[in-house]
This record gives sequence, structure tokens and C-alpha cells, in this order.
Amino acid sequence: MSGDGPTLSVCNLETHFFTRDGVAKAVDNVSFDVDKGEIMGLVGESGSGKSVTGFSILGLVDPPGEVVGGQVLFNGHDLVGLDDEQMQKLRGNRIAMIFQDPMMTLNPVLRVDTQMIETVLAHDKSISKNEARQRSRDALGQVGIPSPDERLKAYPHQFSGGMRQRVAIAIALLNKPDLIIADEPTTALDVTIQGQILYEAQKLCRETGTAMIWITHDLAVVAGLVDKICVMYAGRIVEQGAISDVLDNPVHPYTVGLLGSVPGHNTRGERLYQIPGMTPSLLNLPTGCAFQARCPRADEACTAEPNITQPLADRNIRCFHPHLQEAAE
Amino acid sequence: MMTPQNAMLEVKDLTKNFVKRLDMAGKIAQRLGSNIREETVHAVDSVSFTIEKGEVVGLVGESGCGKSTLGRMIAGILPPTAGGISFKGVEFTAMTQEEGEAAALAIQMIFQDPFASLNPRMRVEDIIGEASVIHGMTDLKERSDYVGDMMERVGLGREYIRRYPHQFSGGQRQRIGIARALAVQPEFLVCDEAIAALDVSIQAQVINLFMDLREDLDLTYLFISHDLSVVEHISDRVVIMYLGRIVETAPTDELFDKPNHPYTTALLNEVPRLDQRGIEYEPVSGEIPSPLDPPPGCHFHPRCPHVTDRCTIEVPVLREIAPGRLSACHLNDQ
Ligand SMILES: Nc1ncnc2c1ncn2[C@@H]1O[C@H](COP(=O)(O)OP(=O)(O)OP(=O)(O)O)[C@@H](O)[C@H]1O
Ligand SMILES: Nc1ncnc2c1ncn2[C@@H]1O[C@H](COP(=O)(O)OP(=O)(O)O)[C@@H](O)[C@H]1O
Ligand code: SF4
Ligand code: SF4
Ligand SMILES: [Mg+2]
Ligand SMILES: [Mg+2]
Repeated sequence: MSGDGPTLSVCNLETHFFTRDGVAKAVDNVSFDVDKGEIMGLVGESGSGKSVTGFSILGLVDPPGEVVGGQVLFNGHDLVGLDDEQMQKLRGNRIAMIFQDPMMTLNPVLRVDTQMIETVLAHDKSISKNEARQRSRDALGQVGIPSPDERLKAYPHQFSGGMRQRVAIAIALLNKPDLIIADEPTTALDVTIQGQILYEAQKLCRETGTAMIWITHDLAVVAGLVDKICVMYAGRIVEQGAISDVLDNPVHPYTVGLLGSVPGHNTRGERLYQIPGMTPSLLNLPTGCAFQARCPRADEACTAEPNITQPLADRNIRCFHPHLQEAAE
Repeated sequence: MMTPQNAMLEVKDLTKNFVKRLDMAGKIAQRLGSNIREETVHAVDSVSFTIEKGEVVGLVGESGCGKSTLGRMIAGILPPTAGGISFKGVEFTAMTQEEGEAAALAIQMIFQDPFASLNPRMRVEDIIGEASVIHGMTDLKERSDYVGDMMERVGLGREYIRRYPHQFSGGQRQRIGIARALAVQPEFLVCDEAIAALDVSIQAQVINLFMDLREDLDLTYLFISHDLSVVEHISDRVVIMYLGRIVETAPTDELFDKPNHPYTTALLNEVPRLDQRGIEYEPVSGEIPSPLDPPPGCHFHPRCPHVTDRCTIEVPVLREIAPGRLSACHLNDQ
């Protein structure tokens, strides 16, 4: 394992879907780093490419999709092009994914203990089955499941939705992986259970140095949890930076619009800002900036491709007319 | 406090139980001596409240606490097990057939999933216009114009009138659902997680639309949502439910500034907010109980930091603790 570099470094990643109606560039020239112990938020509207980015990192893109370019450096080694067997070894071992639907992780016909012990043993063949059971039990306790000894013997359908998600998370935490990709894991959960899960995620990153990507469309969740944020729109990252910088001083017109449209403590009775229009189809994007049809600042310049620029320290954006005056104030 | 005279809707001791019947395997197991039994869920447990004309009341609570069940009974699409609902002073069960039909039109429900609630084989014109022709709000000759007006009212171009639901985005489909409800000229809308499935930028469009419609058409709302930020934004008053019972109700500002019930406090503590950074999350104390087997006494007692012996035995009644504020907690007796 290489020492000081980021745990994950994604460079110019491109994932395309070759559909009957044309090529959808679901992930288009995406780059970011996640350091040891760091939590990165990946936000955007549905269809903006968040999940496909996660799947691409894990080598889980199926035809008609394909990673057609770029690198995914995990502890310095490129994962793009690894064969299935090598990838499978990494998944559930050094890299784990938590899905929106916990049943993507859980096998409905196997008892929870069978699944958890298998996961532990796959990682560490030197320990006994009893030790593996012990570790599984502790992991269930960690995610707030009461009487973990009994619960180990249950089948997934005997848990409520929120508990099932916590079991899936316990499985992801089992081997203390170097990287966790969490794809909207709390969207279907109540705020109190969400708080519990955020607590476990945060603890893991702090205590074991796990790097984490937290995918969501809920800006309020990432505000409290993450260290840095990438905002995706139509397959591209349009703004990225430290979480406080971006939320306090967004400069990309899409980020500005998105933040303005969130209801909150001070908006009662007021009209919310609304981004006009709707999310474009990836098969039918305008040439140039994909946001131009909805952007109040768009002009002729925007019919060309905006490249990544760094108008402020530690801030990458794709836009010809960012909100820089406002940010300076 | 409001009097029943100006209440648009009054719900009294409303109760809904669902019995989970045993399947074949269960019945056989029972014969063989297993102690497996039919289980009863008290989805809504003796709930009472009123909504005044023109009010927007937010209904909040954890998944499975009975919000949709309550909403569906009010919308007249689910019969209550016990208790009553009055609309403009007349009890549902005491209505003549004519009055019942009028109430059924006056109270419309808007659902969470904008796709599942629209017939995919019907054109928008038929989806929105069908009921209003049957009920005489318009006739076949005028229907296109009438539907076009409804579409414009919710921000959809009337040129889309010949399209099918799948040709619209999620936010647009939710607007079709709203236009369909508006087409029968309702006075009261029950919105059940009506914006939950939408993207943030589209949510803002639909929230603004609900607020405009309230102004323009003088509508009254029961707005069901698990998203406290949205409820705070849109409601005049908030009702908090926990495992089938109302635990607190208060004007929005007061509830968010000074919650009374320990469950409300716990809920507000967990709401993620945009202006928070670097939160130190804390583990939840206690397990979320199952609605099949709610704890005795105060349902919240296994999770409550202020629990006393009394709470584990005696159900706290919902009572007035200040003008316009109700709470169901024994702490208020001290
Ligand atoms: N048809 C039914 N048969 C049996 N139980 C039901 C039925 N409908 C609802 N329930 C139960 O009644 C309780 C309340 O359900 P309801 O749908 O009202 O919850 P909710 O508050 O709307 O939850 P959510 O936030 O998840 O939509 C739950 O325990 C649910 O499982
Ligand atoms: N199997 C597939 N075939 C074709 N297109 C796909 C497939 N999976 C995803 N896409 C497209 O890729 C884009 C990004 O999807 P996704 O990453 O799931 O978005 P989200 O940001 O909501 O997670 C979408 O336009 C979606 O339609
Ligand atoms: S490049 Fe132009 S259209 Fe795109 S976000 Fe910036 S100003 Fe708007
Ligand atoms: S009645 Fe008792 S257990 Fe229930 S909320 Fe009040 S103090 Fe807590
Ligand atoms: Mg997704
Ligand atoms: Mg519901």
C-alpha cells in the first residue's frame, strides 16, 4: 500500500451507455481525490451520474455501459481493467459499497450470521469461525441493533426496512475497508435512524481512516457530514471544493440555484428560488454547457465547452460566468 | 381556540386497526399448537384534531406511524374502524348521498408517486378532464379548454394536452396529478408526501405552486411529510404523530422554536440543516418500536430521556398546555 497519497484518485473518468437511441455520457471527464479518513459528498439531481460514478469505481458497470476512459487509482493502483476475480477480491474487503436498497447487499435466503461470517472469512482466512461470529455480533451492536446474538440468527425479511439497512451497513463496516461508497443509504430512512447511521459512518472514518464517498441529493445531510463536496450535473462535476466554502460561497450558477431552492428555517412563507426548466436528457444535451437552457447567466460564450478552472483557492468549477463578485463580498 | 363552527374539517377519536390475517402456513402452525396469532396494528389510535378553513396543517412522523392511513380516511378512500370525520360541520356518516358526493369532490388527495397514480394509457386530457365532465364542472365540448386552463394553472403548457404520462418528467407528472385534483374544484387537499419523490430543484417548483394555489383558490391543506424542513416552510400549524397517536400540535413557529414533547425535541435535533457543519453525530438511545407491539403507557417511553415509572403504565392524554398548543406528556403535569 502506498503511504501518503490519497486513498482514491479518480482521473478523467468516462463512462458511456451505448443505448439504441444514442450514446449517454453518464460520467463525463470526472476527477476527484479522497484522502484517508476523508468524507466526500457527491450531490446532484437524479440521473446526473452519481450512482454510475460509484459503480464505475467498483467495476460494476454492466453493458450497454462501459468505462471508456480515465483512471481509478486505489492506493495508487489503477482499478480500470482489473478482471472480475481481482475486483471481487477488493469488493467486500478493501472497498465496500452501501446501496440505497439494502437487499442489493443482503441475500434473502441466507441467515444474517451466514452472510456476515462469510464476509469476514473471505477477508481473513486465519481466524476461526467463532472469532468471525464474534466480530459479526460486535458489528451489529455497533449499528444499534439490540440483542445482536439473537438477531444474527434471523433472516433479512425479519428485520424492518431501517434495520435491514443497518445490517447492510454493518456488513460494509465488517472488514474496516479503506474505502466505502455509500449511495443514498439513508434516503428511505427516518431522520432519527439516519442520525444513527451518520454517527457510525463518521466514527469509522475517524477511527480507522476509512475514506468515504457519500452520494445523495440531500444537501442538508452532506452539510453536517462531509469534508468536501462535488456537485454533478448531466454527467459532469460542475463545482467542487471544501464543504463550507461551497455552501457559504457557491460560485457555479447551478450550485447557487440548488442552494437557493432548499426550504429551511428562514424561508417560511417565502417563495423558494426555483431553477427554471427541467433536467435535460443525456441523449439530447446542447453543445457547450449542459446547464445553459436553465441558467440565468447564459450567453453565447456558453455554447462552447466550459473547461475546469480554479477561480478561487481550492475550488474547481466548469463555468464561463461564475458568481465571483458575490463570493468576494 | 377554534370552534367547530369555523372548522373545515374535524376528526374525532378516529381509529383504524388493520388485522394481519394468518396465511395457510400460519393457520397450520396454530393448529399444531404454535402460539402464533392474528396480529392487530393500531395504525391510527383515537386521533382528534380540527383544521380551519384556509389553514395549512403539516402532519409529521416516522415511517409507519399512521400518517397515510389518517390521510386516506380523511380523503374518504379508507373506512375508519371507529370515530368520526366531519366536513364543514357534517359528520361523514350522517351525510345524504348528495352531501357525501359533494364532500368526496371537495376533498382531494395528492399522492407521493406521481407515476403510479396516473393511468399510463390515458392522455393527459382524459386524466385531468374525466372526472370534471362526469361531475358537470365542464362538458365534452368545453373540455379541452377547461383542461388547458387547469394545465396552465399548474405551470404546464396546454400544448401538451394530447400527451401520455410517460412523456413527462417527474415534476411535470406531479403537476398533472395536482391539475387532476384541481379540475373537480376541491376546497381541501390532502397531500401525502407529494414532493418526496422529486428532485430538489423540482421540489421548489411544486412547493411554490402549492403556495400560489392556496392564495388563488383559497384552499385548505393537510400536508403529510417526513421532511421537517418542507413542513416548516409550508405549514401554519404542525401535528406530530408517534405510533398511531398525536403527541403534539402547535403553530409552526412555536413548535420549531420551543417544542414541548420529548419526541418532538428528539425529532428536531436530528433534522439535517444546511447551515450546520462538522456535526458530531450521536447514537440514538433505545430501539424504534414496532407498531405491531407498541410499548405500554406512553409509546415513546423506551426512548425518552425523561421517562418515569408512571410513563410505563399510564397513557398521557393530549391536552392543552398553552393557547393553541396541545401535548401528550406527563411532564406537563408537574
Ligand atoms: N392495508 C394494510 N394492512 C395491514 N397493515 C397496514 C395496512 N396499511 C398500513 N398498515 C400498517 O399501519 C401502520 C401505519 O401505516 P401508514 O401507511 O399510515 O404509515 P405512514 O405514517 O404513512 O408511513 P410512511 O412514512 O412510511 O409512509 C404501519 O404499521 C403499516 O404497516
Ligand atoms: N443500464 C443503463 N442503460 C442506459 N443508461 C443508463 C443505465 N444506467 C444508468 N444510465 C444512465 O446514466 C445516467 C446516470 O445515472 P445514475 O448514475 O444512476 O444517476 P444518479 O445521479 O441518479 O445516481 C442516467 O441518465 C441514466 O439514465
Ligand atoms: S457556462 Fe454559461 S450556461 Fe453554463 S453555468 Fe456558466 S454561465 Fe451558465
Ligand atoms: S410521558 Fe413520559 S415517556 Fe412519554 S414523553 Fe412524556 S416524559 Fe417521556
Ligand atoms: Mg442513483
Ligand atoms: Mg405514508
